[in-house]
Amino acid sequence: MNSTAVSRAPITTGDSEVRLTEAKGRLPGWWKMPAALTFFALVSLLVFGIGGVRGQDSHFTIAHDSMFTSMGIPTEITVPSVPTAIVLSMVLLALAGFAWFMQATNRTWPRFAKPALQVGFGVLFAVAFLVWTVAAQSLNIEFLLKATLGLAVPLVFGALSGVLSERAGVINIAIEGQLLFGAFGAAVVGSMTGSPWIGMLAAPLVALVMGALLALFAVGYHVQQIIVGVVLNVLAVGLTSFFYGAVLKPQAERYNVPLRLPELRIPVLADIPLIGPMLFSQNILVYLMWVIVAVCTVALFRTRWGLRVRSVGEHPQAADTVGINVARTRWSNVLLGSAIAGLGGATLTVGTNVAFTQEISAGKGYIALAAMILGRYHPVGAAMAALFFAFATALQQNLGILSSSPLPAGVEKFTVPSEFLNMLPYIVTLLAVAGFVGRVRVPAADGKPYIK
Amino acid sequence: MKLELQGITKRFGSFTANDSIDLVVEPGEIHSLLGENGAGKSTLMNVLYGLYQPDGGRILLDGKPVSFSGPGDAMAAGIGMVHQHFMLVPVFTVAENVALGHEPTKGPMLDMATARAKVREISERFGFDINPDSVVEDLPVGAQQRVEIIKALSRRAEVLVLDEPTAVLTPQETDELMQIMKQLRDEGTSIVFITHKLREVRAVADRITVIRRGRIVGTADPSAEQSELANLMVGRSVALQFDKEEAPTGETAVSVRDLTVVDDAGLRTVDNVSFDVREGEILGIAGVQGNGQTELTEAIMGLQKNVWGSIRLGSTELVGRSTKQVLDAGVGFVPEDRTHDALISSFSVAENLVLDQHNRRPFGSALSLRLPRIRKHAQEQVEEFDIRTSGTDSPVGSLSGGNQQKVVMSRALSRDLSLFIAAQPTRGVDVGSIEFLHRRIIAARSEGTPVIIVSTELDEISQLSDRIAVMYRGRILGIVPGDESREVLGLMMAGYTAEAARAEVASGSTLANEELAAEGDIA
Repeated sequence: MNSTAVSRAPITTGDSEVRLTEAKGRLPGWWKMPAALTFFALVSLLVFGIGGVRGQDSHFTIAHDSMFTSMGIPTEITVPSVPTAIVLSMVLLALAGFAWFMQATNRTWPRFAKPALQVGFGVLFAVAFLVWTVAAQSLNIEFLLKATLGLAVPLVFGALSGVLSERAGVINIAIEGQLLFGAFGAAVVGSMTGSPWIGMLAAPLVALVMGALLALFAVGYHVQQIIVGVVLNVLAVGLTSFFYGAVLKPQAERYNVPLRLPELRIPVLADIPLIGPMLFSQNILVYLMWVIVAVCTVALFRTRWGLRVRSVGEHPQAADTVGINVARTRWSNVLLGSAIAGLGGATLTVGTNVAFTQEISAGKGYIALAAMILGRYHPVGAAMAALFFAFATALQQNLGILSSSPLPAGVEKFTVPSEFLNMLPYIVTLLAVAGFVGRVRVPAADGKPYIK
Repeated sequence: MKLELQGITKRFGSFTANDSIDLVVEPGEIHSLLGENGAGKSTLMNVLYGLYQPDGGRILLDGKPVSFSGPGDAMAAGIGMVHQHFMLVPVFTVAENVALGHEPTKGPMLDMATARAKVREISERFGFDINPDSVVEDLPVGAQQRVEIIKALSRRAEVLVLDEPTAVLTPQETDELMQIMKQLRDEGTSIVFITHKLREVRAVADRITVIRRGRIVGTADPSAEQSELANLMVGRSVALQFDKEEAPTGETAVSVRDLTVVDDAGLRTVDNVSFDVREGEILGIAGVQGNGQTELTEAIMGLQKNVWGSIRLGSTELVGRSTKQVLDAGVGFVPEDRTHDALISSFSVAENLVLDQHNRRPFGSALSLRLPRIRKHAQEQVEEFDIRTSGTDSPVGSLSGGNQQKVVMSRALSRDLSLFIAAQPTRGVDVGSIEFLHRRIIAARSEGTPVIIVSTELDEISQLSDRIAVMYRGRILGIVPGDESREVLGLMMAGYTAEAARAEVASGSTLANEELAAEGDIA
């Protein structure tokens, strides 16, 4: 524009930099996250620290016999229960104090600092909890971590299914049904062919049926997406239960044999203390999970495909006016998502040496949904959240073993009912949605049918 | 590129939105499509852009017939469109929005460096001052519109359609846009400029085509008289101005003090606002959309959460009251968005007319609605407000925009009021109804009711108001008399205080086209 034609009013120059005045400089609800951290830090101090079993030690197995232990790394560490928990609680309080300081003075958090603080806090809180609950007993941390990852796999695949479809604007409540179909398909095809590998490959194809139904009703017929999802879950339970009762159970040796994908152990790396077995001694599905999380992240945020998918989930009309086919994008993302969830279903049967049983998914689809929300519709976030939820489940299983093992004479202690650990994912998700773990930004057109 | 539309017809059911329309846009001309809301301008452009398929007629580009099955085809053929509601993804950056749909790639990855360079290049060529890495939702609307233009230009658009581009702009931003349009024209772009504002057409168009009820009713030169264009557009002669009688103002009836409203993101949408309204007075609240007017009216109505300060109506304090209590105190309210906030479109006209009074006498008793009374009331109101409907039982959604607005107005005005608030009382309403609605508002004032009018249309404000308060970023920059000049109001809408604006106008350097600013405008 030739500058002589219009003389700009001085106050409008650089308009784009000026926002409305902020009230007191803080956002409403700025106190929520520090308050939540303080609460958990105090719980840790009062229950795990001061309320701990005095004069006892907690024993943790952190390595198995290998070249590393022969190099001097201990297989077991022992810490005094109460003092350790108190020290950890002090660190937690310090982190909470830091969060108060940052939020109250309305400072900008460096990139990744907030999630890093939250993850760090969570890990320390978990360690304090373990120190308290293992007092006078012993726990194998290596096993716990390996079990965590195994349990996380179906959740991660399920959550990715949600991320892919909701980023394109289709609410995916049907993850549960997709997992169930995947598990069913893997078991049946695997049994018929006698190969867990073929079963694994069949799982995404069978789960596609669920994805196609979801896309047909949600995208094709503009039906309320939450209702479609819930109905599909009920349908999946009904169908698989019927076939289980009518075919799988009577002819189990032909259609429903427990199968197991072999564990692929990577030499040397699998012997690393603490994390070796978790990361490097797993079946193909676990390795595949890491690859798919990475591919999804790059594809969604760094490629043309991802930009288009996200535009469809945020503002489908804008996407339409630049020539992007909204319906096709949503169809393909729902299908892709359901196929990935199918792999998660395969984990439940051929991944764990278990035959198919009724409702084998047992609500994991809903926990995956929670992981997706807690992970803020981001593949990496969803995977972290799924790992956290899986840790809670693994802990619950291990504590079950712990509580049945005898205590030294004269020691009495309180054990956490396992139901509370089962509830944990849902409680954390509610806190997240209520803004205690930072703001969750939903794709703007999520759940809204696009009608021209 | 020369664009020709020949005999374009588009029907929606039994309704003909475009009736064999012929239009020729020469290369390097600004062709203005003038018409009232609902005349069929946007439909025509959506046909051109491939969003609708025409039921008859054809489109020619440089003499060759083309057919578009979607916007992608239209863009590929060199047609760009800046929609009335921006087609930008709010959470994406400028570069991402501009690249979307024809993204540069490097191997499998997006090549954002190229995308940014493209934005920078176009932005510099036209002096747009747009940073490719800004997130779109953080930009003011004027800048978002420039992003839309960059988007069209980056696809080498040779025909650029601007659909009501000035609706969301301040007068100053409008002037800037007109400069941009002229510059684009001089570089050879054909521009179709859709509007219902006569002033703008005359300032920028090379040729004018007037559309009414889906047909072309005439063409005109930009030198044509304003009243001539208005008559063509409306189909009968209209009074562009009408005199409102003076009315004696009484006691201070409403007193707002230090009112502050904070939104969920912690921003002060209304910032320490104070004003009075007297009995028999219309206070106009002017300002560009989104400067806190909506929140101000909603705060009075008890529809906002975080409100500090005081709103006294007579001796009653309204802050902290529920909406029902505010209504009971005698406040009549016309919300700015009738389809979202004022009417339930599947409910009948009669039901909509008693929505705010359904639970009390005479329309409701303890257990049930008194249907005969509601029906009678509806018939009276339909008569009095000349609401064109096939019956009081028809769903309100089947009425035209102007008649829907009459339903909302008549509901608010059908009882004794201690305060009447109308936000955008004539938005999307045809010119005939505007006149009627304005007369009703003035009648209410003349009976002694204090009235608050919120409007983004400067002409409406000037015509109705006894005093004008200008809002900018949540603050009231000044309260000026109702006959304050357009230039001063325009500057205040852009953030000047009353004194600064007057000084600026007195020095005579601000506006590109003073003649343009001084003239009236009908819609």
